[in-house]
Amino acid sequence: MAEDVWILGITMTKFGKHPDKDMVDLAAEAARGALSDAGVTMKDMGILAAGNLMNASAGIGQQLQKQIGQTGIPVYNVANACATGATALRTAVMAIKAGECDYGLAVGVEKLSGAGLLGAGGGSRSSGTHYEPSGRYGAVATTDGRIGTTTMPGTFAQIGMEYGHKYGGTSFELFAKISEKNHAHSTLNPLAAYTKKMSLEQIMGDVMIAYPNTRPMCSANCDGAAAAVVVSDSKLKTLSLEQRKRAVKIAASVLTTDPWQEACQILPDVNTLTRNAARQAYEQAGVGPEDLDLVELHDCFATAELVHYDNLMLCEEGGAVDFFNSGAPWRDGKTPVNVSGGLESKGHPIAATGIANIWEVCHHLRGEAGDRQIQGAKVGLAHVIGLGSACGVHILEKSAA
Amino acid sequence: MAEQVPLVEYLVLGDDPHLTAQECTGCGARFFDRRNACASCEGDQFKKVRIANEGVLRAFTIVSMAAPGVPVPFVAGVIDCDGTSVRGNVVNVEPSPDNVSTGMKVRLTTFPIGTDDDGVEGIGFGFEPVG
Ligand SMILES: [Zn+2]
Repeated sequence: MAEDVWILGITMTKFGKHPDKDMVDLAAEAARGALSDAGVTMKDMGILAAGNLMNASAGIGQQLQKQIGQTGIPVYNVANACATGATALRTAVMAIKAGECDYGLAVGVEKLSGAGLLGAGGGSRSSGTHYEPSGRYGAVATTDGRIGTTTMPGTFAQIGMEYGHKYGGTSFELFAKISEKNHAHSTLNPLAAYTKKMSLEQIMGDVMIAYPNTRPMCSANCDGAAAAVVVSDSKLKTLSLEQRKRAVKIAASVLTTDPWQEACQILPDVNTLTRNAARQAYEQAGVGPEDLDLVELHDCFATAELVHYDNLMLCEEGGAVDFFNSGAPWRDGKTPVNVSGGLESKGHPIAATGIANIWEVCHHLRGEAGDRQIQGAKVGLAHVIGLGSACGVHILEKSAA
Repeated sequence: MAEQVPLVEYLVLGDDPHLTAQECTGCGARFFDRRNACASCEGDQFKKVRIANEGVLRAFTIVSMAAPGVPVPFVAGVIDCDGTSVRGNVVNVEPSPDNVSTGMKVRLTTFPIGTDDDGVEGIGFGFEPVG
């Protein structure tokens, strides 16, 4: 059995618009913040895993080293849709578990302000002047908008509607109420891109993007970065009491992709891989959903949050609507979900999200979350999913030191 | 009549327009794209099968924001055609939540999407409410 891995230092930048900072500035701010939080330096690191999606070929890891410390360690530049940050962290975790090093640094960064609609352009080409079949479907013209939609808002809207068709109880208003919760939570998070409370009427009356998701029910494109320093259990034992007290145990680190299911190549199946990841994570950590003091899950859209209550087994199968209506996922409920404000208000700088969610959980486990502290939090879960698909689930435990 | 070409290869035109899929002879998994192998069982033998023209709308959204050039709003959905899931627009219906619901019965229909410089007419497909 490979040894345990701990988060020694972790940080996130404020999410939002950073017109004066480039990608490397944001990554450097997060990375140096995490190193400082951990009480270590780049010279201690044995691996750097760097996540960035929109400029995946830019070699962000090496660009970052050239600003904050070129020590010659291996860099893994990773891109894995919205699970990019979780993948970077998991890469560093695996290096430590493999015994290759004692310390690793994982960074996720994205510059997305004003990026607009993501995922559009599912067609093989723009409508041409000469109809010639091309691509895997032999399409003669753009298919997005003509044969359904593959845009993110449209896809996740259908995923929520499909859940409602299967189990009943959903409505435009129900999905809007999920968003109302996350926007209310965001008022306590100074690092969120949007921190305004929104009424149900405001949310439902806002611009419709893809029914039933209006604009405030969609994750916000923004800039941001997050970084974490991870350390082996044996190395942690040699560190100061203060470092050991603030260290957070990675009780489970899981990454899955979507196993083949009927329809999964028609409408992405975000359920099976999340359920598989959750099951593996609970088993690794030796905890169950009832043990979780808080959950940060991937609410890229309000419709997505609903299905993930079920996929992460926070409720009985088919019981997500009842779970929400019971008040459970509010910050004073049984299983607080997205007390950070979630992607709908905190923002979703894609590659940063997977580490920022873990930062939020760690912040509570360390008892450092200030006004939004979930009192006595000992165990938390962070979940991300990227279409394609990739799902990361991490379960984190407070240190006993 | 002008020469016609289907929007995608899995749409068969003619007197009896319908969709086809590649069915894995090993496990029965169905796919609409060009295949290298079966994602379910790794088999590499496929046969072409006809997809039922009628089905049930299992999920939908009404897209109000789309890439430039895509007319909105439109209804995008997933149709369960006798056990095979198909992606398509729901057409010939007012795109509003009052007129579209999951569980509604729909059937395949085809229509022109435009004409290219050589005078070839492109034919697309969608699903319209039955009855
Ligand atoms: Zn097969």
